[in-house]
Amino acid sequence: MGIHRGHRARPLEWLAERFIFLVSLSTILMVFLIFLFVAREALPIFFGGANTAPLQTVLSPEAMDQLSPAQLQAYLELTPQQFATLDRESIQALLLVKQEAQDEIPAHVRSDPDARVNTVEWKYLLGPHQWSGYDKPEYIWQPVGQIQKYNIIPLLVGTLKITLIGLLFAVPLAVGAAIYVSQLARPRVREIVKPVIELLSGIPSVVVGFFALIILASVLQKIFGYPIRLNAFVAGCALGFAVIPVIFSIAEDALSSVPQAYTQAALALGASRWQTAWQIVLPAGLPGVFAAAVLGFGRAIGETMIVLMVCSASVMSWNIFDSARSITTTIAAEMAEAVTGGPHYRILFMLGALLFAGTFISNLIGGVVIQRFKLKLEGKR
Amino acid sequence: MNTLTPSQYLPETPPGRHFRAEKFDVGSFFFSGLTGLATLFILAILGVILTNIVLNGWSALSWHFVSTIPKKDFFDAATTGVLPMIVGTTIRVFVMTIFVIPIGVITAIYLTEYAPNTSIITRVIRAAVNNLAGVPSIVFGLFGLGFFIHFIGKNLDTLLHHPSAVWGQPALIWAALTLAIMTLPVVIVATEESLKAIPPGLREASLALGATKLETILRIVLPQALPGILTGGILAVSRAAGEVAPILFTGVAYYMASLPSRLSDQFMDLGYHVFVLSTQSPNIDQTRPLLYATVLVLLILTLALNIVAILIRARVRKKLRSLG
Amino acid sequence: MKLLKHLLLLGALAAVTSAGAQAGNITVKGSDTLVILAQKWAETYMRSHPDVKIQVSGGGSGIGFAALQNQTTDLCDASRKAKASEIANCMRTFGGKRPVEYKVALDGLSVYVNGQNPIKELSLDQLKDIFTGKVKNWKAFGGPDAPITVYSRENSSGTYEFYKEHVLKGSDFAASAQTMPGTAAILQAVSKDKNGIGYGGGAYGAGAKHLAIKKDESSPAIEPTEENIVNGTYPIWRYLYVYVNPALDKGEIGAYLKWIRSDDGQKAVKDVGYFPLPANRRQ
Repeated sequence: MGIHRGHRARPLEWLAERFIFLVSLSTILMVFLIFLFVAREALPIFFGGANTAPLQTVLSPEAMDQLSPAQLQAYLELTPQQFATLDRESIQALLLVKQEAQDEIPAHVRSDPDARVNTVEWKYLLGPHQWSGYDKPEYIWQPVGQIQKYNIIPLLVGTLKITLIGLLFAVPLAVGAAIYVSQLARPRVREIVKPVIELLSGIPSVVVGFFALIILASVLQKIFGYPIRLNAFVAGCALGFAVIPVIFSIAEDALSSVPQAYTQAALALGASRWQTAWQIVLPAGLPGVFAAAVLGFGRAIGETMIVLMVCSASVMSWNIFDSARSITTTIAAEMAEAVTGGPHYRILFMLGALLFAGTFISNLIGGVVIQRFKLKLEGKR
Repeated sequence: MNTLTPSQYLPETPPGRHFRAEKFDVGSFFFSGLTGLATLFILAILGVILTNIVLNGWSALSWHFVSTIPKKDFFDAATTGVLPMIVGTTIRVFVMTIFVIPIGVITAIYLTEYAPNTSIITRVIRAAVNNLAGVPSIVFGLFGLGFFIHFIGKNLDTLLHHPSAVWGQPALIWAALTLAIMTLPVVIVATEESLKAIPPGLREASLALGATKLETILRIVLPQALPGILTGGILAVSRAAGEVAPILFTGVAYYMASLPSRLSDQFMDLGYHVFVLSTQSPNIDQTRPLLYATVLVLLILTLALNIVAILIRARVRKKLRSLG
Repeated sequence: MKLLKHLLLLGALAAVTSAGAQAGNITVKGSDTLVILAQKWAETYMRSHPDVKIQVSGGGSGIGFAALQNQTTDLCDASRKAKASEIANCMRTFGGKRPVEYKVALDGLSVYVNGQNPIKELSLDQLKDIFTGKVKNWKAFGGPDAPITVYSRENSSGTYEFYKEHVLKGSDFAASAQTMPGTAAILQAVSKDKNGIGYGGGAYGAGAKHLAIKKDESSPAIEPTEENIVNGTYPIWRYLYVYVNPALDKGEIGAYLKWIRSDDGQKAVKDVGYFPLPANRRQ
């Protein structure tokens, strides 16, 4: 507001103002910390060191003295502090564990050429690879098992597939409703309909997921007759429910903020209501509608529980009636069974960082577009 | 032909008369029809979801169900209940408000009362609030695991010389803090809105009478903004109560035989229980009534809060509009 | 300001209450597969030993091992064997000692088909061909000329991992396999789908037919009955485990672990869908 400044002479006032300022900085700190700590857990995977190949050359406990302490520490994946606390016997016992783990590997894995592949290298994370048992190079996310396959492409495809279906379903409905509510409906209707649609956002996503799993999946299967009951299409439609209120709210806001002068001028020139809405208000509010869609995208891509409950197979396919697995689902479902600090754990955090970056960018775009739009309407540009 | 009548540009005119003044026109009919249909469709979805859950859930809901701690198998309709889940969800949300409301309100006060509108820092804070609102909930879960549990919790244990981890594990407090960060933007935005609705004249009068800025904020502005702060708090609570993803790794338990009693305990949760019942049940048909009843409890909890918040907010907005 | 005071108070309170209350309890954490069984054990044991308090929570085997390593839990339930890296992690905090592994129950996995499906038995190799997608029609096994629909679990489940390692011998499931959230969902799908095949716990199973399994082409087909699973002739079964820090495996905790593997403890296993360990396999 800036009505009055200059009470600096009062120490309490000054202190309170500093305090308030510092607390308000916490939001910036939070965004920063989120990125820092999600990335921190993911980082070791980028700097190598991890090797997921089940077959590795192992040292027998007797060979312990042939290595320098530094080599030994690296081989056992210990931090210098941990290494310092362990006595000779413990180190030998650790070596033995490694050796036993090697001995337990079944014969069919030993003979597999993939058993020496370190699957967390970039080319395996992003590129197709012809794994044994397949007749062509493929993108595969199968992190469980002796040979862990961490190709993230199926997850990206799955995420995009489900999100796009959700948006194709939600954007026309939400924008249509926004036009109706902001331009065509009577004030009475508007006052009731708007909060009721916003109420949809108050339904927890796990409830939407439950509804999709129990009811929607069966209904859609009956209508479309596809063979796989739980698929990307069902997940996308359910996701659409969840993002409709987000898109509706922002789009309605943008359309209502188009100055009345525009509408009145159009009506005065003899345009009908719908012509005004379609040819004047919608073009004027288009950036706002676009921003609504972008922000809806951000919300959809980050939705977890709905997709987790409705479909979860990491299939590499663009067919909307196939199953799919999104990034969020993968993190939610696999974190509990992953070895803490292991490569699987790190890759899940990396996926989280990726997701964070994606939504960060889409929010930034959405935010900037909305801001410019408002400035423009206020005639400041 | 189309002469301008007041009914065509005055917003408060009953639309009935307005439409009569126009000729029937196919485009208009289709356009209004389509957008109206979209609106109806959305309302219908909401209606179908709610009626389906209420109709199916109501018959399975009983006092025994909401007041029982399941002792054996929570898939067994005769002996199960959702008391620990209701308690767990309530406590985690309550602890969250203790953190989120002060920080959110103070940030909103800074943004409306102190912040120079054009400065870079204000814009960065606003951008941060917007971004925080858009971070996927599962990322908050990862953050809670990486920051609160693996960083704060572990270091706390080392500092306090605990022989075994007390804080360095999923716990009620970490779930609550994770949710507090997630709902911070909700509180900030609602509080800001209500602060802006207070006429500047009030502040000026207070300052003119010799009150300091801080006194003005504490005695004049904040009491006036209370409904807005309340709305923010309720919306945050309702959002947090229904969220499952952020608490997956930070505190929720699949099953616990007793209620949580310390901030370092894990807890059971309604939303997570819905997920467990719908995916892990040994007999789908047998669990279905239970599932519906649990969903209904969760929905009553979150939607009731939401409706209260919407009603308060509608009043705040009316005030804002009357100010121009 | 008042709020701030409350906040500080709350923090202090939390610090005080959490420090003292840990002793005297046994905490159990780990696989969700075992949560209900662990709870049942805890309840029965607490009834006869009112001075002992046992707290059970789930989360997953990975979470359980992490907790065991951080010493936030006394016992870790696991539906799989500890991985080398997890054992090594534990040894680092246990002062070089390995966590002790106890087998506590048997889990037999059945293969389900629809009741109308004429096929009664399959060999492990045939199962592998079906689940990896190599064979796509029931005709190949003398069934009707109809495509096979494969139902599988999501890849975070212990059942999935076990089936993949022991029946598919590490190969990946067919891309066309449908992923279901839980054994019950698989059963329901198979009971409705004439051409469906799926897998899951042996004690489940109303509504679908359990196949008899041949270890290889020449061996006899074995029904997944309790007797066959317990005596080891049925080929698809696994152990369920409890892990413990050797330093804690005495006194109250030691007595509890002994009781779990006694006849009394093993009685509870059957009620929750697993199979008791025969006396000679209790270590």
